[in-house]
Amino acid sequence: MKENISIEVSNLSKHYGKFKAVDEITFDVKKGEIFGFLGANGAGKSTAMKMLCGLLGPTSGEGTVAGFDIYKQSEQIKKNIGYMSQKFSLYNDLTVLENMIFYGGIYGLSRKYIKEKTTTLLKELGFDDKLGTMVSSLPLGWKQKISFTLAHIHNPAIVFLDEPTGGVDPVTRRDFWEMIYKAAEGGTTVFVTTHYMDEAEYCDRISMMVDGQIHGLGSPAELKKQFESTNMDEVFIKLARPNEKV
Amino acid sequence: MKRFNAFVLKEFYHIMRDWQTLLILIGMPVAQILLFGFAISNEIREVSISFVDQDNSRYSREIRQKIDASNYFKEGVEIYDTQEVESYFRKGEIKMAIVVPEGFAEQLVNEGNGQLQVIIDASDPNTASLLSNYIQAIVQSYLDEFNRGAKPPFFIEVRSELVYNPELKGAYLFVPGTISVIMMLISAMMTSISITREKELGTMEVLLATPMSPVQVVLAKVVPYLLLAFFNAVVVLLMGYFIFDVPVNGSVPLLLAEMLLFIVTSLALGIFISSITSSQQVALMISLMGLMLPTILLSGFIFPVENMPLPLQVISNIVPAKWFLLIIKGIMIKGQGIAFFWKETLILLGFTLFFVVLSIKKFKIRLS
Amino acid sequence: MIRVENISHSYGEVQALRDISFEVKKGQIFGLIGPDGAGKTTLIRILTTLILADQGTAFIDGMEVQKEYKKIRSQIGYMPGRFSLYEDLSILENLNLFAAIFGTTLDENYHLIEDIYKQIEPFKHRRAGQLSGGMKQKLALSCAMIHAPNVIFLDEPTTGVDPVSRKEFWQMLKTLKERGITILVSTPYMDEAAMCSEVALIHDGQFLDIDTPEKIISKYKPLLYRAKSSKNNALLKEIRNSGWTKSAYLNGEFVHFTVEDLNDVNKIRVFIQKQEIEIMEFKEVNPSIEDCFMDLMHSPTE
Repeated sequence: MKENISIEVSNLSKHYGKFKAVDEITFDVKKGEIFGFLGANGAGKSTAMKMLCGLLGPTSGEGTVAGFDIYKQSEQIKKNIGYMSQKFSLYNDLTVLENMIFYGGIYGLSRKYIKEKTTTLLKELGFDDKLGTMVSSLPLGWKQKISFTLAHIHNPAIVFLDEPTGGVDPVTRRDFWEMIYKAAEGGTTVFVTTHYMDEAEYCDRISMMVDGQIHGLGSPAELKKQFESTNMDEVFIKLARPNEKV
Repeated sequence: MKRFNAFVLKEFYHIMRDWQTLLILIGMPVAQILLFGFAISNEIREVSISFVDQDNSRYSREIRQKIDASNYFKEGVEIYDTQEVESYFRKGEIKMAIVVPEGFAEQLVNEGNGQLQVIIDASDPNTASLLSNYIQAIVQSYLDEFNRGAKPPFFIEVRSELVYNPELKGAYLFVPGTISVIMMLISAMMTSISITREKELGTMEVLLATPMSPVQVVLAKVVPYLLLAFFNAVVVLLMGYFIFDVPVNGSVPLLLAEMLLFIVTSLALGIFISSITSSQQVALMISLMGLMLPTILLSGFIFPVENMPLPLQVISNIVPAKWFLLIIKGIMIKGQGIAFFWKETLILLGFTLFFVVLSIKKFKIRLS
Repeated sequence: MIRVENISHSYGEVQALRDISFEVKKGQIFGLIGPDGAGKTTLIRILTTLILADQGTAFIDGMEVQKEYKKIRSQIGYMPGRFSLYEDLSILENLNLFAAIFGTTLDENYHLIEDIYKQIEPFKHRRAGQLSGGMKQKLALSCAMIHAPNVIFLDEPTTGVDPVSRKEFWQMLKTLKERGITILVSTPYMDEAAMCSEVALIHDGQFLDIDTPEKIISKYKPLLYRAKSSKNNALLKEIRNSGWTKSAYLNGEFVHFTVEDLNDVNKIRVFIQKQEIEIMEFKEVNPSIEDCFMDLMHSPTE
């Protein structure tokens, strides 16, 4: 059974003094699953994500990511994951290929392999003529697609995507999600945060964080049923502000 | 005016709340003065010296014993030729060489007037001046014994020759020097950083969209730093006076007025820096490399301008601190009045005007 | 209230705005809707006199943006895209500062911002840097409103803010609108169009359309259908494979697709059923602004 599990977390907490940024969260993510990680700003999403990526030591609890312990094996974790955020993705003053070579080089990939792989991947996107283009001159949507390619060029077991589609136009947003689907079909686990509630629907399962705790966990259909809502927007609002009427 | 006051108040909040920076700004001058005062010009004890005794007379040996008997000095290598002295200075083996020239005894006895040559490594001017004084004192006390009952009294002239820093800028220099560094640092660097911070944070964008004009924004930012720099300069002056007996021989109001002028020059520089860059990092780099280093190295604070190679001497003319140091030393040490440095004052005024005009020209009423 | 005439602007080789003209009437909420890089921020900065347009001009309440920038600056409210208040000052200190800048006081204009401000007033001594995203937004809006402007410009006020805070924020804008304040607001969230009196869909420096949200929707030409299955991704692929659809894309829990001819719908249905995909829903729907936007972009997803 463990073989199917990509991320497993139990009672994971992170405290800053008295403040419980993450408060005993428990969940698991299966291999090849698209797992949506939602919550209001300041609910503890990024803290939790940092712990999973091995960037931040937890206060208590247990967790494994790609089979590695988040306390002791953070270096192995980093080798086996890909990470993409809205803020840091590509170096603007490098070309697309230079970015790829730099990033792939971190994971010990050979220049030749990176070049070939990049060319194939970008051909699929229709960007293969853009290898030598300076990233700064690309439109945002392209940048995001390319950084996603970059994040899984080393075939990681899991990719973490932190609001990958913020501000991206609706067509490109959908293209992006089709890329995510494709990666998931290839066996990559996708762990994604978003503020677009329609995108929550695209996930296999979702967790909703409120004040450091997970208050909702399940497939979009299950959550809608559980919270008697017609769409994810309502679910979110009911969870995030339980005292207010919708 | 109310608008302006509210803005100045805001700047004070910024400064007070960033207490770490504030602590550094207030603590640094104090630490610097104490460092210069105590750590660097420390007490003289067992300084390595060499005796070049070309006379080898009774008197020369007596003087040598007298010097060896004091625990200020200990003899290092034996040197026979004055030509070799400098090479030992370079190696750092000795700090001072006392040369007793051939015929010293003869001259002393026959003419009642001997000559001793003392060569001192003055790269650390404070130590050098102390060494020179000590030797003078030791020779004097030897003479006092020698002269007992003698009439007319014999006399030994100690001719000190300072190597590397003949002007011996030391004892009184670190106070004026520190003042100029501190004022440059707080006024120019902090102002440029604080203005570029508003650009980086995007608050400048909001301010631009209000009736507040950019000139007002900048002026309001300058006021607290002017006060802070002035406060620090006065603290340094007082510390110099009470702890290290560095006097102000000239007019105090004149000194304060000239300090104010230099602060304004520095502020103008800071404003100019912030008008040509929009990131705090760049502002910091320009301030450090373009202002701090020249202020420390080229102003005559550490190395005398006269000893620099000609190109550096020429460059030192565009370092405002050079002119300010001339002024402040004139007032504090020589007790001079404005008549002696009106030119320097005018030069500082010129700098200020130049940078203010340049900044105003560069200042934008819009983004980019 | 706002009149824009043939504005073009470029940064080097990048054309940010291409010949934009429009008008906003007094007391409207005008939504500038489009993705990042479409030119929203450039347009707002031109209107707030922060940059000069390469070509064309604009008038705010009759004042020209280039010549009368000083007058405009004293009469508009502006909230830039990024939180741009002083994080080391408290809520109250920020407000007092902006009040003083505009030559007024918090007490004098308290009634103007009361609705918004009272929600954060309990924390008025807290530093702005320690506020949550939603609270920062309320503070920024309060600061932009403190001098009783007739028109306010809000650049992506709801970006990166969770859905709950977004909803609250639009509620506040509605209240301001009822008081007769003209609001020009930009957003990348298509679903927020419904809250605007009029919207401009902006993409690549051009308006795709400008109208009331209802009219934009009514102008939508293709027949829009939605389908749903337990495996939407597979469903989407098959709908495309059928060859009868003009465009097909994921949309929340559904797959949206358009057809030109009603007959094609049944052909698609039959095709999918052959692929042994279980269809949970299959029906015609009214388009949303997002559907319209994608259609107007000449969706390259075909």
